[in-house]
Amino acid sequence: MNSLGTYMVIAAALFSLGLLGVLQRRNLIGMLIAVELMLNGANINFMAFNRFLAPEPAVGQIITLFVMGLAAAEAAIGLSIILALFRRIHSINVERAQQLKG
Amino acid sequence: MSTEAFAQMAFWMLVGLTFAGAAIAVFPRNILHNVLGLALALAGVGGFYLYLGSFFIALMQLLIYVGAITIAIVFAIMLSRPLHLEIPKRAVPKVAMAAVASFIFFAAILGAVFRTQWAPAAERSTDWSVETLGHLLLTRYDLVFEVISLVLLVAIIGAIVTAGFTRRLSS
Repeated sequence: MNSLGTYMVIAAALFSLGLLGVLQRRNLIGMLIAVELMLNGANINFMAFNRFLAPEPAVGQIITLFVMGLAAAEAAIGLSIILALFRRIHSINVERAQQLKG
Repeated sequence: MSTEAFAQMAFWMLVGLTFAGAAIAVFPRNILHNVLGLALALAGVGGFYLYLGSFFIALMQLLIYVGAITIAIVFAIMLSRPLHLEIPKRAVPKVAMAAVASFIFFAAILGAVFRTQWAPAAERSTDWSVETLGHLLLTRYDLVFEVISLVLLVAIIGAIVTAGFTRRLSS
């Protein structure tokens, strides 16, 4: 449990699960949830490098904090876009949002 | 049982909880189950941060992700129509292609991880404290800190405008 490889494998598996979710879900909120999983996989990698390799152990923690702040902003704006889209097309299935398709 | 063995066992239980949560977040069709699985997985990731030596980041993970983002998603679900009424059928070839693509990605990342020689930095300071974190945030990373606050402000205003405008237009 105390090696860099363990954490990197965990992070890669979490990121791949999130990627699978983004690719196969048709529900917009489900895709947002999967994106949060991917962000967390990346964060685990930052913290693991910070713990095992980095010269200054504070920097990785600061980057993780920034990613969390950006994830909060992304969730807020994404959810409001989903709500606006739901009012317009009465569905949150991405395959119905095709008015710009031409 | 020694403390070391106990910590080891707790770590693997944490791994199991995290991946169970992630699987619940991705696979079931009911969106509410997905959100609850996401909360479980995020709490597990907070536990990893504890093992990686940062109590502060683990608390922030619980506060921001589990406390704020999950609740925001639950609110968005409650504000839209009951979503379990509308479950689009999944096309099997698409799901298979998505699974193959993410598996190839996973294999590529694993190859990159195990083929690289990871060397720790020559000199590593051992300063993990929250004081250093706060000091760095207000000195070296001052600009980034301010920009993040600006981004959050713009995102909140943008969320209000996006969610409010369409209501005025449609009613």
